Amino acid sequence: MTQEESRAAYWRANLRLLAILLTIWFVVSFGFGILLSQPLNSFSLGGYPLGFWFAQQGSIYTFIVLIFVYAWRMNVLDRKFDVHEE
Amino acid sequence: MDLKTLSLLVVGATFVLYIGIAIWAKAKTTSEFYVAGKGINPVLNGMATAADWMSAASFISMAGLIAFLGFTGGAYLMGWTGGYVLMALLLAPYLRKFGKFTVPEFIGDRFYSKTARIVAVISLLVISITYVIGQMRGVGIAFSNILEVKLEIGLLTGMAVVFIYAVFGGMKGITYTQIAQYVIMIFAYTVPAVFIAIQLTGVALPQIGLGSTLTGSDTHLLTALDQTLMDLGFAAYTSVAGMTMLNMFLLTLALMIGTAGLPHVIIRFFTVPRVRDARKSAGWALVFIGILYTTAPAVGAMAMYNLINTVQPGEIGSPQGNVLIEERPDWMLRWERTGLLQFEDKNDDGRLQYYNDNNPEFAEMAREEYGWEGSEFTKIDRDIMVLANPQIANLPNWVIALVAAGGIAAALSTAAGLLLAISSSISHDLLKGVFMPRITEKRELLAGRIAMGAAILLAGYLGLNPPGFAAQVVALAFGLAAASLFPALMMGIFMKRMNREGAIAGMLVGLGATLLYIFLFKGWFFFPGTNVFPDTAEYWLFGINPTGFGVIGAILNFIAAYLVMKVTKAPPEHIQHLVEEVRVPRVGTS
Repeated sequence: MTQEESRAAYWRANLRLLAILLTIWFVVSFGFGILLSQPLNSFSLGGYPLGFWFAQQGSIYTFIVLIFVYAWRMNVLDRKFDVHEE
Repeated sequence: MDLKTLSLLVVGATFVLYIGIAIWAKAKTTSEFYVAGKGINPVLNGMATAADWMSAASFISMAGLIAFLGFTGGAYLMGWTGGYVLMALLLAPYLRKFGKFTVPEFIGDRFYSKTARIVAVISLLVISITYVIGQMRGVGIAFSNILEVKLEIGLLTGMAVVFIYAVFGGMKGITYTQIAQYVIMIFAYTVPAVFIAIQLTGVALPQIGLGSTLTGSDTHLLTALDQTLMDLGFAAYTSVAGMTMLNMFLLTLALMIGTAGLPHVIIRFFTVPRVRDARKSAGWALVFIGILYTTAPAVGAMAMYNLINTVQPGEIGSPQGNVLIEERPDWMLRWERTGLLQFEDKNDDGRLQYYNDNNPEFAEMAREEYGWEGSEFTKIDRDIMVLANPQIANLPNWVIALVAAGGIAAALSTAAGLLLAISSSISHDLLKGVFMPRITEKRELLAGRIAMGAAILLAGYLGLNPPGFAAQVVALAFGLAAASLFPALMMGIFMKRMNREGAIAGMLVGLGATLLYIFLFKGWFFFPGTNVFPDTAEYWLFGINPTGFGVIGAILNFIAAYLVMKVTKAPPEHIQHLVEEVRVPRVGTS
C-alpha cells in the first residue's frame, strides 16, 4: 500500500468509527431522551421513568463512554496505520 | 464564629490559594501564555476544562432551571454535555494536531485568508464578551447574596484576583487555578446534594437517590413529586411541559453545536502534549463535568420537593394544610432579605399558598373550594434552589461558606478562560496576524498581558453596569458559536475541497441569519421595544424559539458554504496538504 492509499484507508476507518459513535450519540439523546421519551416513560428504571432517565442521566453516561471508546479505537487505528505518536 | 465571618474566611483562603498559584506559574513565553507550553497532563487538563466550561450559570442557576421545567430541563443537561462528543470526535484532536495558538488562527491558515481570520475574531469577541458579562454578574451574586457584601466590592475583589493570575500566569496560571477551582466547586456542589439525598431517600448518591423511594414510604420520590405538582395545578415533573418537543429538540442541538464551537473551551485542548492526549482529555473533561451535571437534576427535583413541602406540609385544600407565615423557616427569612424570595398574603389567612394560578381551571376551583386568591409567592428566583439548599437541609455554616466559595470559583474559572480567548485573539490574531506581523515575541507577550488587563476592565465595567439584556445574550453566544465557528472548523477538517470563498460566505450567512432572527424577536441590538415581532410561539418561524435558532444558522452556514464552494476554485495545493496532515497524528513512514 502506498502512503497515499494507507492514509485514505486510515481516514475511511476513522469516518466509519465516527458514523457508528455519532449514531449512538443521536439515538440515545435525541431518540430515547426526547422523541421516544414519552412511550419509554411507561417503563421504569428503579424509580425513574425510563425516558426521563435518558434525558437527565443516561445520555450523559453514554456520552462519556462514547468519548473513551473513540479515544481507544483511534489509538488502535493510529498503530495499525503507523501514524501513532511517540 | 458567625456565618459571615466564616464565609469571608473560606472565600479569602481560596483567593490566597489562587494568588499563590499565580506566583508559582508565571508565563515566560508566548507559548506558555497562550497554551501553557503544551505541557499539561490530559487528566488535569480535563479537570481544568470542566472548570473552564462550568460557569456561574451551571453552578448557581441550572438546577433551579431544571426544578421549574422538570423533564424538558433535560435539554440543558444533554445540550451542555453532548457538545463534548462533537468536540472530541470532530474538532479537538485535529486542531491540536494543527498545533497553533488560537481558533481564528486555524480558520485564517486553513482558508488562506486574513478576511476569514478577522470574521472568526469578530465571532469570537461577540461570543466571549457576552458570555463574560454573565460570569462577572455571577461573582457579584455570590458576594452580595451569600456573603451579604456589597456587589461592587465583591466584583472588584474578584476582578483583582483574576487580574493577578491571568495577566501574569496567562494560560499556565489559569490552568492551575482552574484545577484548584474545580475541586472547590465540585465539593461545594456535591456535599449539600448528598446530605439532602440522604434526608429525603436515605441514599447517599444523589444520582441514585432521585430514582429511589422516600424515607419511610413505598412511594418513589419522582412519583410523589409528579402527584403533588399535579394536585397543585402544575404539569407533572416528568412530563413534557415548559417547551414543545420541537423546541426541546432544537435547543438541545443548538446547545450541543454551540458548546462544540466555543473558542475558550477548544483552546484548552491546545495545552496537552499530543493528539492522543487531546482525545483522552475530552473524555476526562466530560467525566468531571458529568459529576456535576448528573447531580444537578437531583438537586433540582429535591429542592422543588422540599419547597412544596415547606409551603404545603398538610393536605391540599384543608384550612390547616399550609404553613403559617409566622412559622416559616429561617431560610425563607434569609432569602427574603436578599429580595430573591417575596410573598404576599393575598387571601389574608396568615398562611402561604403556592400553586399554579396560571392554570385557569385549577385557579377557579381553588378560589371556590379552598378560598385561595392566587399563588402567594410574588417572586421565587430560580437561583435560590441551589443557594438555599444547605440551609433547607440544616447543614452547618461551613457548608454554606463553601457554596459561596464554589459559586465564585465557578464564575472566576470561566471568566479567566474567556478572558484568555479574548486577549489572545487580540494580541495574536489581530496584532501579530494582521497589523504587526514582525512584532517580537517579547513584545507580543506584553501586548497579550495588556489586552488581558483591558479585557478584565471591560468585563468588570459591564458586570457593574449590565446591559438590560444580560439574560438573553447567553442564548446569543451559543447561537453564534453554533452558526459561525463550528461549521467553519468542521468543514476545514472534513472537506478538503472547502475553500476561502465558501468558508467566509458560510460564516457570514450563519452569523447574519442568527443575529437577524434573534433581533427580530428580542429587539435590534436588544434595545427594548425595537423588536419587529412579539417574542411568543405564534410568531416564531415554524414555532422555533430564538434560543434554538443556532441550529438553523448552522445549517444555513453549511448550505451557503457548499454552494459558493461549488462555483469557485479549489483551494491551492499546499492547503490540501495541510488538511491531509491535520488528519493524521503523525506523518507515516511506509
